[in-house]
Amino acid sequence: MNELLHPQAGFGASLRRVGAIVRRHIYLLRSSGPRILELVYWPTVQMVLWGFITVFLVNHSSWVAQASGVLISGVLLWDVLFRGQLGVSLVFMEEMWSRNLGHLFVSPLRPGELAAALLVMSLIRTLIGVGGAALIAIPLFHFSIFDIGLPLLAFFTNLIVMGWAIGLLVSGIVLRHGLGAESMAWIAIFAVQPISGVYYPIETLPVWLQYVAHILPSSHVFEGMRAVLFEGNFRTDLLVNALLLNAVYLSAGVAAFLAYFHVARVRGQLLHVGE
Amino acid sequence: MPQAVVSVSHVSKQFGNLVAVDDISFDIEAGTTAALLGGNGAGKTTTLSMLLGLLLPTSGSIHVFGQDMLRDRYSVLPRMNFSSPYVDLPRRLTVRQNLSVYAGLYGLANPRARIERVAEELYLAELMDRPYGQLSAGQKTRVVIAKSLLNEPEMLLLDEPTASLDPDTADYVRGMLEKYKTRTGATILLASHNMSEVERLCDDVIMLRAGKIVDRGTPVGLLQRYGRQNMEEVFIDIARDRRIELGLDKKGKGK
Repeated sequence: MNELLHPQAGFGASLRRVGAIVRRHIYLLRSSGPRILELVYWPTVQMVLWGFITVFLVNHSSWVAQASGVLISGVLLWDVLFRGQLGVSLVFMEEMWSRNLGHLFVSPLRPGELAAALLVMSLIRTLIGVGGAALIAIPLFHFSIFDIGLPLLAFFTNLIVMGWAIGLLVSGIVLRHGLGAESMAWIAIFAVQPISGVYYPIETLPVWLQYVAHILPSSHVFEGMRAVLFEGNFRTDLLVNALLLNAVYLSAGVAAFLAYFHVARVRGQLLHVGE
Repeated sequence: MPQAVVSVSHVSKQFGNLVAVDDISFDIEAGTTAALLGGNGAGKTTTLSMLLGLLLPTSGSIHVFGQDMLRDRYSVLPRMNFSSPYVDLPRRLTVRQNLSVYAGLYGLANPRARIERVAEELYLAELMDRPYGQLSAGQKTRVVIAKSLLNEPEMLLLDEPTASLDPDTADYVRGMLEKYKTRTGATILLASHNMSEVERLCDDVIMLRAGKIVDRGTPVGLLQRYGRQNMEEVFIDIARDRRIELGLDKKGKGK
């Protein structure tokens, strides 16, 4: 055994390697103003846009008037899902852009540990980005999403986990198909936005599309959010649905990431990262 | 009896219809500095990638330190390391930050002291707080070599270790690798196009052409067998398949 090294097996060793990757990305964030600005910019712009739409609709829509925070809550929670997914995919693509994957995977780092580090970084990035926008909404629109209380934690958790699952899938696709597929990171999640009921109830959708909506954890979260805002009622049935679906989604996301990693080892894509 | 650190048995790698490595077998003994030589596309990097477990062979088996690289890769990797000019490090991170991240990945017990020592050995002290992306090509190569020595590997795989280095720095790096091997008894496997480097560092040369091993021997042995003055001439003979006209059979042995 090399005396310079700590033991390599076990949870502590895994944690150390995950910590090393997280540290690498925190160094990167600290060194790059544009990256930090990008984190806060889009959630804030979206929140401001929907904030003014709310100000207008409160006087023109009885539905919005019943719960004036419904649109701003929707946009902030949607950004939890979007930022959660983007956090995973972008952090993974940073490794591809820097052509660092070859070095990472000749170290004792396991692909599952890299995935765990991506999730931690996604959480940090989402808290900075969406948290910043949520704080700005308080003085700007006299609306605090934190007033939702404990249910907010359940909504946040479910949405970020769904974002992680899609982010891992997208990262695997980019690893498999090269950086030419990186636009997937920006657009993939928007396929679920119209059927997640972010800004309107699921019952607005055609019946056949409502069935599709019900297999998305996000639709249960946004229905739950409206139940809290309109009725002051926290729907545990919706929470359980979202949790169960997320267990499936996250398992599938991790499995897809590991499968794509295996394919990359077969095809020699870890050393030669490109378009 | 010398112990094989690397044991490659009937390994092939196919990418679609392209056979990149074609049924190669070789052992590398402990403490040896071996070279994989061959022209572009001969299969050197593919072979190195399979030894590291970055690439899965189509068939055959690879054992490093007696352990199967397909099954037990993660118990072997802490004892190995790798450097290549074709794999980079994060450009915005400083040299110190990069080395600190890899110190964490390898689980160094005393990372700060080890980083300082490796930095000193590779004359990196003044570059430690500069972003990696702002370094010259030669400086980057030294940083990547520093990364590859952090865990004091027993098996070091180097893909063109002195490519892009000026002659003075390249000579220093070769000297440092010699000292490293003398001090630690490490086994080194390098792929290189620099024949003087191979003559100086290596005691075992594996010649590849079109994915096959076409010859093998010590640099002195190969020079004698081909009747050449330097390894560059031997390399050209093998690359252009002149072995038969030189009176050497398919396995490279004199008739």
